[in-house]
Amino acid sequence: MGRIAEAMARAESEDRAALIIYLCGGDPSLAATPALIQAAAEGGADIVELGVPFSDPTADGPAIQKASERALAGGATMAGLLAVVEQVRAAGCEVPILLFGYYNPILAMGEAALCERAAKAGVDGLLVVDLPLEEAPPLREQSAHAGLDWVPLVAPTTGLDRAEAIGATATGFVYSVSMTGVTGSAATNLASAADRAAELAKATGQRIAVGFGIREAADAAVVAAQAAGVVVGSAVVRTIEREGEDAAPAVRDQVAALAAGCRR
Amino acid sequence: MRETLSLPPGFDPVTGRFGRFGGRFVAETLVPALDELTQAFFQAWSDPKFHAELDLRLRDYVGRETPLYHAERLSEAVGAQVWLKREDLAHTGAHKVNNTVGQVLLAKRMGKTRVIAETGAGQHGVATATACALFGLPCEVFMGAEDVRRQAPNVKRMELLGAKVHAVQSGSRTLKDAMNEALRDWVTNVETTYYCVGSAAGPHPYPLIVRELQAVVGREAREQCLAQHGKLPDAVLACVGGGSNAIGIFAGFLLDEVDLVGVEAAGEGLEGKHAAPLNAGKAGVLHGALSYLLQTPDGQIGEAHSISAGLDYPGVGPEHSYLLEKKRARYVAATDAEALAAFQQLTRLEGIIPALESAHAVAACGPVAESLRARGVTDPTLLVCLSGRGDKDLDTALELIGAQDGGAH
Ligand SMILES: Cc1ncc(COP(=O)(O)O)c(C=O)c1O
Repeated sequence: MGRIAEAMARAESEDRAALIIYLCGGDPSLAATPALIQAAAEGGADIVELGVPFSDPTADGPAIQKASERALAGGATMAGLLAVVEQVRAAGCEVPILLFGYYNPILAMGEAALCERAAKAGVDGLLVVDLPLEEAPPLREQSAHAGLDWVPLVAPTTGLDRAEAIGATATGFVYSVSMTGVTGSAATNLASAADRAAELAKATGQRIAVGFGIREAADAAVVAAQAAGVVVGSAVVRTIEREGEDAAPAVRDQVAALAAGCRR
Repeated sequence: MRETLSLPPGFDPVTGRFGRFGGRFVAETLVPALDELTQAFFQAWSDPKFHAELDLRLRDYVGRETPLYHAERLSEAVGAQVWLKREDLAHTGAHKVNNTVGQVLLAKRMGKTRVIAETGAGQHGVATATACALFGLPCEVFMGAEDVRRQAPNVKRMELLGAKVHAVQSGSRTLKDAMNEALRDWVTNVETTYYCVGSAAGPHPYPLIVRELQAVVGREAREQCLAQHGKLPDAVLACVGGGSNAIGIFAGFLLDEVDLVGVEAAGEGLEGKHAAPLNAGKAGVLHGALSYLLQTPDGQIGEAHSISAGLDYPGVGPEHSYLLEKKRARYVAATDAEALAAFQQLTRLEGIIPALESAHAVAACGPVAESLRARGVTDPTLLVCLSGRGDKDLDTALELIGAQDGGAH
């Protein structure tokens, strides 16, 4: 079992949902990123999604768009982010790290090279937003070959048959998008997203984490009642936007509050 | 026969790829919507009633067929017989309307209640707003803030037609950012909304749908060449932004022994800022498809530059990448300055003010004629897709021409 599955199992055994925190790598700077990963871990994140900034993030709302622009303007690259992961591991931080992003930067490095280098740096798994079931096999093979976990996405528009096929490719958990929309939108109905997680868990036999539209501990609690994991992204990204280079303490506190919401 | 779709060479309907290019690199939320669209398109395309309605609209509303015109004074100037396929005479002034009338008809058939589109030059936005007015559907258009400035008359036209125009402030504030924003809207409102993509680009099935709707240009042109000129042309030229007018006219000649020449925007030159991914890009994934792209070594999308908003796009439709790698078509490029010169040349010699996009194709006539003569073709015949008229570009063009003249004094 990889570190990602272990973290999900540990949360379950402690009767809580796993808390998964998204950070945009390189925002506000590559230098600040290791401390932010550690702050999330100290606050109680079970898994960190390290976003690889992309110039054209079509699945993201304004908060993560702006974070990506800041990161790219600050010189963030795939290689730079892998070095950040190495640094975090060297400092003894063991929080599972899921590399999260769009396909083109991965293609540009080369799928095999990326997987190998990511695994070596201490990355635990991959989640690629614009790589649906049909397009995923080449990267998924390389990812498995390098010993990385694979986390696919399921959307509200995904039928249960298709969700089952998607679930069969997951090795860490399945990420269920709570609504049709981009990241950072206000959730319309988290209770029904939680119901959907239960339904997906049954259909896929996998642990389901729910993301999009979860901002506060109370939101997390609604989802945690039925989902194995809770993902928070834009809310943390906004904290970093506000606090800048010294965001680590604020991130730690925010994550701790969210973690409290994840207890059942 | 059009009722049964004969698939383009190299196209696999299961993967949605032309050779290795194309596919469907989108968020999972959109996959079921693209499946629904694919199914609706194939059903419509095998329904004679759909074709009857489309053909009637194309004839009586769009004004098809558009003329094929022998440009004699231009012919003399470039040393070849130049025939212009007059898409500038289609309703709304560009080929874009062939696509939007078909897609909005499809949207209605699918029961969608809202249409969105991205636009660069504003021609596709105007054409979509027009089709939505015609069929009674609400329309919202995403347009880069930079293009809103460059193409102000088209913004006014869209608004007059009842469309809502969103000025997009992110990224380079041009066509690619407008498409990003349209995709974000679609992912949010996917249940009710039809996304009317403006070029032969984007995820499967858009490149197929748009090429089939634009293929009418090539079908007509081929028949007209035979009827008016007695033979096929030696070369077919078209400008390439996303690639819809080019693939539309190429589609009529893919199986003939005819040179197919796409003309990309070389902007300030291929060593500087340009919009020529087929000439100077690398394969990658943008807006749902694998195709040639302007990008950095790190896989970030490069910023395109062209004098012409409709060509100012870092990607290109996947079928063109396929035709390039198969060597079935070749792709050259014309600079801003060359396009501006051709814009004036066609205006003065023929009394036709072309769109700056189309002026790129006109600019390539001389060099293509020369290459044909070098291969031993005496008095070559060139068929040029005059994709649109230039009214929308007058401000931009006059400003640049004024600056040139001022500099010369
Ligand atoms: C007149 C005209 N020609 C050409 C283009 C480029 O698009 P495409 O390459 O899809 O034909 C545009 C785009 O706006 C246009 O308005």
